[in-house]
Amino acid sequence: MAGAEKGSPAVIRTEGLTKRYGELTAVDHLDLSVLKGEVFGLLGPNGAGKTTTTLMLLGLTEPDEGQARIGGLDCTRDAIEVKRTVGYLPDNVGFYSAMTGRENLRFTGRLNGLAGTELEEKIDALLERVNMTDAADKKAGTYSRGMRQRLGIADVLMKDPRVIIMDEPTLGIDPQGVRELMWLIRDLAEGDGRTVLLSSHQLHQVQRVCDRMGIFVQGKMIACGTLEELGRQIDHDGVNTLELAAYPDNVKLSGIIKAMNGVMDVEKNSDMYIIHSSFDLRRALSRELAQQGYTIMHLRQAGSDLDEIYRKYFEKEDGQNGTGTDTGKRRESKISHSESAL
Amino acid sequence: MLFEKETADFICGRRMILFVILMGLITVTGFYAAASGLADAIDSGSSSASFLFLKLFTVSANSIPSYNSLMALMGPFIGIFMGFDAIGSERAEGTLNRLVSQPLYRDHIIIGKFLAGLFLAAVMVFSSGLVIAAVGLIATGLVPTAAEAARLLIYLCFCVVYIGLWLAVAVWFSTVCRHAATSALACIALWLFCSIFISLLAGIVADALYPVGGGDMAALMNEMKNYTCEMNLNRLSPYYLFGEATSTLLNPGVRSINAVTMTQLSGALSSTLSVGQSMLLVWPHLTALVALTLAAFAGAYVSFMRQEIRAR
Repeated sequence: MAGAEKGSPAVIRTEGLTKRYGELTAVDHLDLSVLKGEVFGLLGPNGAGKTTTTLMLLGLTEPDEGQARIGGLDCTRDAIEVKRTVGYLPDNVGFYSAMTGRENLRFTGRLNGLAGTELEEKIDALLERVNMTDAADKKAGTYSRGMRQRLGIADVLMKDPRVIIMDEPTLGIDPQGVRELMWLIRDLAEGDGRTVLLSSHQLHQVQRVCDRMGIFVQGKMIACGTLEELGRQIDHDGVNTLELAAYPDNVKLSGIIKAMNGVMDVEKNSDMYIIHSSFDLRRALSRELAQQGYTIMHLRQAGSDLDEIYRKYFEKEDGQNGTGTDTGKRRESKISHSESAL
Repeated sequence: MLFEKETADFICGRRMILFVILMGLITVTGFYAAASGLADAIDSGSSSASFLFLKLFTVSANSIPSYNSLMALMGPFIGIFMGFDAIGSERAEGTLNRLVSQPLYRDHIIIGKFLAGLFLAAVMVFSSGLVIAAVGLIATGLVPTAAEAARLLIYLCFCVVYIGLWLAVAVWFSTVCRHAATSALACIALWLFCSIFISLLAGIVADALYPVGGGDMAALMNEMKNYTCEMNLNRLSPYYLFGEATSTLLNPGVRSINAVTMTQLSGALSSTLSVGQSMLLVWPHLTALVALTLAAFAGAYVSFMRQEIRAR
């Protein structure tokens, strides 16, 4: 990865990490590096191998090939040392339902060698931080999913980890909860300088919070980088796509666009023009239209949105593997659209 | 640390009430049987009247089984109830993967669970045994000799090992089975097999191998082999092992647990065995029970260590 060489050293690094389940290769020669203090998103559909990767990072599953290192420690051999510095928030985290939230935290704290007033103070501080002070003394069995997730974060922070791994942290949480969670994750990385690796298939939520992300399909990471880098990787296929809406929307407009240098094709899509060009036209187009007396209502480069990027990658994949899953993916991205609109 | 938590879990859990009730039932029925049967026992055979105190545990009234046989039958239940969802419930609650991501060795988890169960079983068995002894002391006025007390303690240790065996089996099933119900059913099936079916099966196999009846000399010779074979097959079952060992321990009059011919008996003095000699007799049983327990626990341990723990 280009990002790994510059700046601070990689905290999480995997080399040729591979895990097979019989015939199925869940993770296929994964090379990943996550820098200190960044939020890295592992994106991909269900069954892409995200959870398996996180399990291998924690030494809960042995890789068949390659190795994973966190902070210089081998995740398989020094699993205990790794677990001391890495917090793991599993997908759908569970707590002992017969104990209160506070007792659950106390248990984790004691497992991590804390005791006495230090432990109690830490519990109080963390409950405050995740906004669970009111519910702390209720039985964990009565908690809602969002509360469990928040308590899970407090639980992870009990050991004061340098690296936090989260598996589908936003799954099944209401939009308000997701917003709070995202804010909390950002704060963990920026405020505390912790490194966060999160896996998700919910693009919009992740897009807001991640510094860099990797797109994960069938055990392979097919792209990695910041949002812009990912967008550029797609555009380098040769076609640059713009969405445009302008006022007044008259017949001349389409002619002006078509006449511009580099435009390959223009489609009219209800109130929007979709412009395919051989390079980025945004500057030239806005200048041209302003001169001609148009007001630009909407101008957006398609592909700068994660949803688009995601879909394009799947379209590419489908090109190789048949088109069976294409509609499914589109539907999924639509769903995540409407979710984020809530 | 984990041991403390597991013990606390057991004690605070609703299941503990069930254990206490079960244990209380065993104690009360056992004692009731002894109290009502003791007088008859003294009247009928006074040969071993010297060990009356131990009779508290072995005497049964008409239809009420003795403490010892109740323990042989119900002890496994206690072990199974404690262990059948040891790992399964953690997995179902989603706490298992949180637990394994903490900086502790994975074997601590399963060892903690097993030891906590064993500890509680020991506490329950000893308290119930000692309650019977105490109440018996007051009610009957019998004073135990040192030998009797020693036998009693050894007997209670046997009970703990026996329950521990079933606990280990149950923990094993709970790591292998995805659902607690499957694991409980599997344990109960094994328990039924060991306590009922194996004796039927042993009889059938022994009869097939060494047919008796017919009255000729060969059949007569087979009699002994048949009996030995049946017994050895029965001894595969912990239920039988436990029964044999404890009846030897609690009844000093038992001099041999194998078939004895008339020639072997000639010249033997009719007396009771000392504690040491009784122990010698049941030492293989104890070894076998402990070995079975360890084997079952090793099975649980290995399958747990090799298991991949995913989200529920």
